[in-house]
Amino acid sequence: MDVVQFSKEIRRNTLRCLHSQGSGHVGGSLSIADLLAVLYTNHMHVDPTHPKMEDRDKLVLSKGHAGPALYATLALKGFFPIEWLDTLNQLGTRLPSHVNINLTPGVDMTAGSLGQGLSCACGLAIADKVKGIKDRYVYVITGEGELQEGQNWEAAMLAADKKLDNIIVFVDSNKMQIDGYTRDVMDVEDLVAKFEAFGFATQRVNGHDHAALDAAIVKAKSDNCGSPHCIIMDTVKGKGISFYETMGAGVHSTTVTDEQYAAALEELK
Amino acid sequence: MELRKEYAGELARLMRTNDKIFILDADLAGAGGTKALYAEFPDRCLNVGVAEANMTCVAVGLAASGFIPFIHSFAPFATRRVFDQIAVSVSYSEQNVKIVGFDPGVHTTYNGGTHMTFEDMACMRALSNIAVLDIVDGVQLRKALPYIVQHDGAMYIRFVRKQTDTLFSEDYEFHFGKADKLRDGNDITIVASGTMLFDAVKAADVLAKEGISVDLLGIHTVKPLDEEAIIASARKTGRVLTAENHSIHGGLYSAVTEVLSAQAPTLCDAVAVRDRLTQVGKLDDLKRDYGLTVEDICERARKLLQHK
Repeated sequence: MDVVQFSKEIRRNTLRCLHSQGSGHVGGSLSIADLLAVLYTNHMHVDPTHPKMEDRDKLVLSKGHAGPALYATLALKGFFPIEWLDTLNQLGTRLPSHVNINLTPGVDMTAGSLGQGLSCACGLAIADKVKGIKDRYVYVITGEGELQEGQNWEAAMLAADKKLDNIIVFVDSNKMQIDGYTRDVMDVEDLVAKFEAFGFATQRVNGHDHAALDAAIVKAKSDNCGSPHCIIMDTVKGKGISFYETMGAGVHSTTVTDEQYAAALEELK
Repeated sequence: MELRKEYAGELARLMRTNDKIFILDADLAGAGGTKALYAEFPDRCLNVGVAEANMTCVAVGLAASGFIPFIHSFAPFATRRVFDQIAVSVSYSEQNVKIVGFDPGVHTTYNGGTHMTFEDMACMRALSNIAVLDIVDGVQLRKALPYIVQHDGAMYIRFVRKQTDTLFSEDYEFHFGKADKLRDGNDITIVASGTMLFDAVKAADVLAKEGISVDLLGIHTVKPLDEEAIIASARKTGRVLTAENHSIHGGLYSAVTEVLSAQAPTLCDAVAVRDRLTQVGKLDDLKRDYGLTVEDICERARKLLQHK
């Protein structure tokens, strides 16, 4: 399956997952679907039959509420049966709203209480270095709103100071957080300047342009600068479905009714 | 020998044969004694600077990769400051992180007030998947460490860095989750944890001279508690007094009475900090002010025995 087709399948199955519950974190799941498609098509060195394989790339979904998008991706890659997507948030499920390292094959870190993922990723990256594992990366997906949590910057300092060049951080800058537009609630820009000041090799791309995303990842991996990497992604919350794209900040957590689900699938044809 | 030297010495010995042990500090490596390990194990020691939240979650990443990380700070900053990091990334994620808190309770002395905690055990006890150890002396700490390393699960360990007093002799054996029987008696049970065990032993001797025989249990493992030993002793004496360098809310007294109220209802009292603010002071003055002295133990024991 090519990246374009895979990104559509991720969106379809993300909405299937959320529709099973009737509502959930729609906006921030759809805004990372293109990144997940590029990562899992061209970059993630993982084995669905051995999800804990020692010599693998790892993904820390620090914005853990986007779990449904990752679940859709992992199911499509064969980490677990696609039917699991219909069990979101049911008692005893393997797929909780926010990702859990122990419940879901292919999930490399628990997240949901925002701001902890980059620190955990530093631990994973240090572990790989101490073990002598080379050419493997720890990818982190954080939201731009999440960067308001101060712990991110403690972790950023550490990543640069310890030259954790095996970390690639993606900032899903979809411009909205729960209470409104990020610039109105608590502006986080200039993100490129901030990450560069903290010692990251930083790029900024359109987070829905597969070729641009892929090129940015290739560049980060081939850049032997000895510093951690950051790719700021300009994205649209609810991307891919017209009525979610235009919903405003309410799309962070919203409904997926039978009618909305049918209309969304129609748009994704 | 200071506990921090015992601690670093035993860790060094264990690290030579176990390449999974990983040391993390937040700018207190010198204060806590772990600085001695950095030269010999440069790849497995990491000082993250003054950033306890980051230290906690970096440890989680290391634990998820198979390492056995030990994180260190003063007791309040190792626990309450990073409570959510521990709750979500350690407890809920079931990660094998060893959390070490220095100078709990009154032992903070001149750094008291801001650096003093009477609620660290309460915080850690309230979380699933975390064992809680309140260490009395350097022998107990040294004997516990091999077990702490091999125990597959998170733990909170509190001890006093600079203390030099010793209660136990070299033949002491550490048994996780088991009480140490220090005196056999019939009139009253005293259950003491951490450094209050020093005072409890002295109190038992004072009471013995008054004709009161004390059944004295030393508790290093506050969670999981040795319920069997406590119930058996309570049934024998019918009176239980606890002693802890901690708030009466959520620590040893809470743990003991949670067990007894359900399984062996017994008249109980506590030598503990009773809903007081922290403050600075000399150790002896603090102990007197908070009611944590040998005489406080004796007095509460006598009063318990007067109850019909």
